Amino acid sequence: MTLQPVIVETRGVSRRFPGVVALSKVDFTLRRGEIHALMGENGAGKSTLIKLLTGVEKPDEGEILLEGQRVSFRNPHEAQEHGISTVYQEVNLCTNLSVAENMFIGREPRRWGRIDWPQVYARAEQALARLDVSVDVRQPLGDCSVAIQQLVAIARALDISAKVLILDEPTASLDANEVETLFKLLRRLRDEGLAIIFITHFLDQVYAISDRITVLRQGELIGSYATAELSRLALVSHMIGKALDDLDLLQERKAEQEATSDDAAVLEAQGLGKRGTIEPFDLRLQPGQVLGLAGLLGSGRTELARLLFGIDSADQGQVRVQGQALEIGSPAASLRAGIAMCPENRRLDGIIPDLSVRENIVLALQVSRGWLRTLGYAEQVALAERFIELLNIKTSDPEQPVKQLSGGNQQKVILARWLAINPQVLILDEPTRGIDIGAKTEIQKLVLELAGEGRSVLFISSELEEVLRCSHRIAVLRDRQKVAELDGRTATEAQLMQVMAERSEHDIAYS
Amino acid sequence: MTSLTAKPGAVWARVRVGNLTWAILALLLILGFNFFFTPGFFTIQVRDGHLFGSLIDILTFGASLMILAIGMTLVIGTGGVDLSVGPVAAISGAVAASLIGGASDASQTPLWLAVSAALLVAGLCGAWNGVLVAWAGIQPIIATLILMVAGRGIAQLITKGQILTIYYEPYHFIGGGFLVIPFSIFIVAAVYTVVALLTRRTALGLLIEAIGNNASASRYSGIDQRLVKLLVYTISGLCAGVAGIIISSNVRSADGNNAGLWFELDAILAVAIGGTALSGGRFSLVGSLIGALIIQSLVTTIYSFGVAPEVTLVVKAVVVCIVSLLQSARFRALFRGASQPQGG
Repeated sequence: MTLQPVIVETRGVSRRFPGVVALSKVDFTLRRGEIHALMGENGAGKSTLIKLLTGVEKPDEGEILLEGQRVSFRNPHEAQEHGISTVYQEVNLCTNLSVAENMFIGREPRRWGRIDWPQVYARAEQALARLDVSVDVRQPLGDCSVAIQQLVAIARALDISAKVLILDEPTASLDANEVETLFKLLRRLRDEGLAIIFITHFLDQVYAISDRITVLRQGELIGSYATAELSRLALVSHMIGKALDDLDLLQERKAEQEATSDDAAVLEAQGLGKRGTIEPFDLRLQPGQVLGLAGLLGSGRTELARLLFGIDSADQGQVRVQGQALEIGSPAASLRAGIAMCPENRRLDGIIPDLSVRENIVLALQVSRGWLRTLGYAEQVALAERFIELLNIKTSDPEQPVKQLSGGNQQKVILARWLAINPQVLILDEPTRGIDIGAKTEIQKLVLELAGEGRSVLFISSELEEVLRCSHRIAVLRDRQKVAELDGRTATEAQLMQVMAERSEHDIAYS
Repeated sequence: MTSLTAKPGAVWARVRVGNLTWAILALLLILGFNFFFTPGFFTIQVRDGHLFGSLIDILTFGASLMILAIGMTLVIGTGGVDLSVGPVAAISGAVAASLIGGASDASQTPLWLAVSAALLVAGLCGAWNGVLVAWAGIQPIIATLILMVAGRGIAQLITKGQILTIYYEPYHFIGGGFLVIPFSIFIVAAVYTVVALLTRRTALGLLIEAIGNNASASRYSGIDQRLVKLLVYTISGLCAGVAGIIISSNVRSADGNNAGLWFELDAILAVAIGGTALSGGRFSLVGSLIGALIIQSLVTTIYSFGVAPEVTLVVKAVVVCIVSLLQSARFRALFRGASQPQGG
């Protein structure tokens, strides 16, 4: 294959935000007529790189070349004029306007100072016909399926300028057929010479569509590879940052307690699922067991936990707690049954920022007692002080507003809130994200201690090392499906990665 | 200052959090202004065993606003707002008046029954708001706007379009009577005590603040937000009912069109001045009472100072603007030379 000319290139671009280096000296090359997948976990720097290319942000150092010319876009509009367009995951069009209006909003063809509607409609139809989309361009965009809306967004982007098209998670809300339609279109556009940057969390799609893959990790360029020459396993290990050779390193063994597999399940999900969110799955948690949940970002880990706890309502299947069916879609019912969930997003779903450490800690316990059976003030202070000491929470005083604490200490306060109700099952979604090493180890230790007391924990983490260290069993998710369950005492990171990366056809249920 | 929280430290924490310092300061400023510029403002006379004076007037005429502000505080604490309290007060007055009738010597209905019926109707109005907000998921400002618009119509339907005059003396005692100090002050004290007990002696206050501060986290904590919201809107309705009875009793008539007109806005203002954020979360009942007193003393000051009626509203607006600026941490930071980062 002859190499196509380079259209966009970054040389050593860096971007720093207060306290973080979002992107560090990254070289990136995009050629005409290729579909280039940009891969990386959360915080890898994918979106920062896109923002630099589209003029949303400016690089602190390094340069961006467009067709060999040094460019510095002041805003996305300027980037667009130079031929770089972006279609975001959340289609940012106006669903209440017509298809044609959406395509020409802000750049309507005019005649005598007034919008030339016949031309708007004709050009909209033309642009869509080029993509083999036939819709009534006069109907409101909101009446079209999400897939069509996505295509309209692409048509708009192409109509504005057609050198580089950036697609940020374009398939997140599409079903399999719609994805195939989109891919057909992308291949055709590629063959016509368009350069496409494609960002997704679905590995299968990366291999189905991309020609080259660039992997970023923690703001650094790991490498660019031809898709055909990069195995899935290698890709995943590049993304997560573990060299395959290191993987047979010793595993820290779990505490001695062993969950015997014939124990009755304390929590059991059967065929639980929700369309478009996660495929039906079975899950069993036994007393004293830590069940790890592994999978790449977007594989459905959080979605699974939310269904289990009832934040989202499952549309099929059931959950049993100690044999009793649990009301679907009710966190309050889950809590009454002894299930607690510590959500992934501490700031949005966890802390009550203005309330004090004491109030944050007693909240769930107070709710479980009912608002009339109030905990006395002295009791509350005693409880708060006990957990402040137990979890080593650094706060000046139980009355300090929790928003003034550091991230790790906030996380501990939320953990204390759940520990205070003495749950049978604790679901922890990324409990150690964004906190320092010391706090991290303490939380991992706590998980094992809870299991030692006969409690069950569902432990979700994107750090495989941590999952392996804490879990007795590990369920693996991929592309919103539970694909395997491994024995946490014998599993290795290599094994885990392999399952996370494998193609769906080759699923094997490990046990 | 009264507070039902057990520990002095916690009380002080509330004072600071609720920004009470600035509200108290504003109230003192207004009173201080009167001390120098309005002769006889602080004079309290004893006549027939009753106390009279400007200060007493402020309490009397501020009673209904204080009660509305108490109910409004809880609603705002959950992150909502109740625009219907003025009209609900009018409905409550209309119910009471129509049940009592126009005779001077006797009431058509026993007084306790007429008052209970008025409160019941007001409570139902509040519960209706609560159902719209919590079950139907309508935004509070829209949900309560419905009753704000319809309420005056309902009140006029009850009074058959007339202004009902009440000559029955015992009813007049509620809003106009004296037990050394005006009887309505006792009602304010009673309403405050009940609501304060309900929110601070039970966990209701914590739940309200949790919902208002972070609804999503509250859901993860298992709080049934619908019940809490139903409860606070019902309480707000009941407070409006009490206020409506005081208003109609005070002026001896029920006027569906004008009773409690724009009181909902004054009540919201009182809550805001009292240091409760309109976005919800931490609330302070004492702060709202002080806020209501600030508004009322302002009005009284303006009148006793002899400001022309057409300027009254402007003066009120200016003072409210100053108080609001004092409340704003960002505004105060301007005068400390550097902007103080807000924690978290």
